[in-house]
Amino acid sequence: MIFNTEILGVVTIFAVTVALAIPFGKYIAKVYAGEKTILDAVFNPIEKLIYRLMGIDPDQEMNWKQHLIALLTINIMWYPLTMFILMNQNWLPLNPDKIPAMSPDLAFHSTCAFITNCFQQHYSGETGMSYFSQLFVMYSLFFLTPAITLAAMAVVFNALKERSTDKLGNFYNYYIKSNTRILLPVSLITAIIFLLNGMPMTFEGAHTFTTLQGDTANVARGPVAAFESIKMLGLDGGGFFGVNSAHPFENPNFFTNMIENIYHIFLPIATVFALGFYLKRKKLAWMIFGVMTVGFLLLLMPAVYYELKGNPAITQMGIDNSLGNMEGKEIRFGTVASAFWSITATSSMNGATNCMHDSFMPLSGAMQLLGIMVNSLYGGVGTGVLGFFVTIILTVFIGSLMIGRTPQFLGKKIGMREVKITMIVTLLHPFLSLVGTALACSFPNLTTPTLGNPGFHGFTEMIYEYTSASSADGSGFAGLGNNTPWWNISCGIVILLGRFLPIIGAVAIAGILGRKLYLGDSAGTLVTDSPTFGLMVFSIIFIIAALTFYPALAVGPFAEHFSMPH
Amino acid sequence: MKKYILPSIVLSIVSMLVFVVIYTLIVWGIGYAVAPNHGNGEVVTVNGKVVGYKLVGQSFTQAKYFNGRPSSTTPAYNAASSGGSNKGPSNPDYLKGVQAAIDTFMKYNPTIKKEDVPVEMVTMSGSGLDPDISPKAAMVQIPRIAKERHLSEEQLTALVNKHIEKPFLGPAHINVLLLNVDLDGLAAK
Repeated sequence: MIFNTEILGVVTIFAVTVALAIPFGKYIAKVYAGEKTILDAVFNPIEKLIYRLMGIDPDQEMNWKQHLIALLTINIMWYPLTMFILMNQNWLPLNPDKIPAMSPDLAFHSTCAFITNCFQQHYSGETGMSYFSQLFVMYSLFFLTPAITLAAMAVVFNALKERSTDKLGNFYNYYIKSNTRILLPVSLITAIIFLLNGMPMTFEGAHTFTTLQGDTANVARGPVAAFESIKMLGLDGGGFFGVNSAHPFENPNFFTNMIENIYHIFLPIATVFALGFYLKRKKLAWMIFGVMTVGFLLLLMPAVYYELKGNPAITQMGIDNSLGNMEGKEIRFGTVASAFWSITATSSMNGATNCMHDSFMPLSGAMQLLGIMVNSLYGGVGTGVLGFFVTIILTVFIGSLMIGRTPQFLGKKIGMREVKITMIVTLLHPFLSLVGTALACSFPNLTTPTLGNPGFHGFTEMIYEYTSASSADGSGFAGLGNNTPWWNISCGIVILLGRFLPIIGAVAIAGILGRKLYLGDSAGTLVTDSPTFGLMVFSIIFIIAALTFYPALAVGPFAEHFSMPH
Repeated sequence: MKKYILPSIVLSIVSMLVFVVIYTLIVWGIGYAVAPNHGNGEVVTVNGKVVGYKLVGQSFTQAKYFNGRPSSTTPAYNAASSGGSNKGPSNPDYLKGVQAAIDTFMKYNPTIKKEDVPVEMVTMSGSGLDPDISPKAAMVQIPRIAKERHLSEEQLTALVNKHIEKPFLGPAHINVLLLNVDLDGLAAK
């Protein structure tokens, strides 16, 4: 009976998210189209000041190559700055708990992970990062990295309009507006809600006292409320504390859990509808949303089922297993909300966790892994739409071959260059994660001692790590001892390649298409916003995921599932 | 290239100013005004002395207190270094540990039947700092505490029922620290 309210709880989370995301998508479209919006009065003067300080004219439009240079230079700035802060945090101010400096390989990995919105953490927040680093590195990059992909997405939106042009808006304008109009205001309001629910926001260090039973306790605190809101909204996902949103200070109760969980897929869904509103092609947005939701539900249902069923090995011990698989989970969330969170976090490349993924049942872990592998079932903020855009190009290409027509999307003919880029982008993530895992398996003396669990589950830990890195998800099976030079350096490289190449690819494809002649649709054009096309996209996603990842899934989670009593 | 580098540097400085200084101070200021304990985390006090944080679990292993969930940190409920066990469901060592936890629980609560042992009391929480247990886990410990504290089971059942929190759409749970503080108060009478 309790499970009915818990399932109602997650249905409510999903329903509220969609209900909020659709109007917010309309707002996002207006922001990027340059139309008047409600925050103009507050932010227009501030933005004008920033443009003046930067010495740029926001009305000076760029072509797609200039956009990419702007994007990359903004990112590159933060590389030496972040490495410096992390490797010197021991003597920098605001370090009341005397956290030591990060080792070079850990700083390298962390910098790669932070600049790319991945936020895979090979350290534990309360023992590995000073307040100065949390503030100057995490807070800054929590806003910067989603704004980058939102801006790239705005470029793609602009390029897909029904005309032929090289001028696709100004990157700095898109980037700054992503922060001032979208991320900052929502984050501020959320932070206040979190404060009222008990999240700490303090610069005091850890507090030592005597517990009721008479032991000595030491409680770490910190500036968490403001951190948490942008962490969830921007789909950054890096935790203030080691256990991320399982920590009571990062997620005090079921209500904050609902809000944080809504944010997993709030912006991803909103951006899908923003595409529809911006291009005035609402059917297209619904097709995309439909495919994503079907895929998402197919991942969600097995996960919830197997977690509720509990660990059959424990059921065999004869105890009351009615709460389900509670290893690695928190009481205040329950099994259903934790399973739901894990699927939304991995489908959306958020990567925050409110439970330990390493302790999930094998098939639930497989569903999390598949969500990251597919990468476009909702997907990340901006990157979800960009990734799905590339998938649509691929599907249009294959579909048009089937009907003997030149591939054409939104009135633009798709040429050989675009298809080549599409192939590279599509194969990139599987390549990175599978080759990375294969290399890790080839050096067992470096990797086997780091595994947290033996056998098939240990293999799953490894492939999860590389898949999470290549798709900029950031979550992990935390039993893996990943603060070693092998994991830090290999994952860092995978993260960099996995993040920037797909963005460059998607913007390039859109830019090339944007320059082409706009042809209207004829009677023979492949329709791209119908349920039939949606079914085709879904099939392409499914087939590619199955072909590339099935062998790895078979050796890891599937084998573990069949080796257990069930 | 130069026309991109200068704007990027200025943007980085402005970003730090806005997101690290202004945004943070605004939230900190509001927290100081309206958040529990001025944003330092809500504490639980007994006779004016801090005995814990409402949200963060602490270790209760003595027989006279309601015990919380097992914690994988070292020492248990180490709030300066959170962590879960991260043990996989098929891991033989993990399963041996669970069996041992069941046996220990039954030893300390001899009147309880094995099929009533709640699973969360023999599995570790995700954070190692879970402040809650389920209502059933509290009820199951009542016979032991009644004997230890010389209180009636009816009194304890009423106490436990008073502490059941049922958030809207969320699972019911009991805060172990608050329960035990009240238990001390009850036993003192």
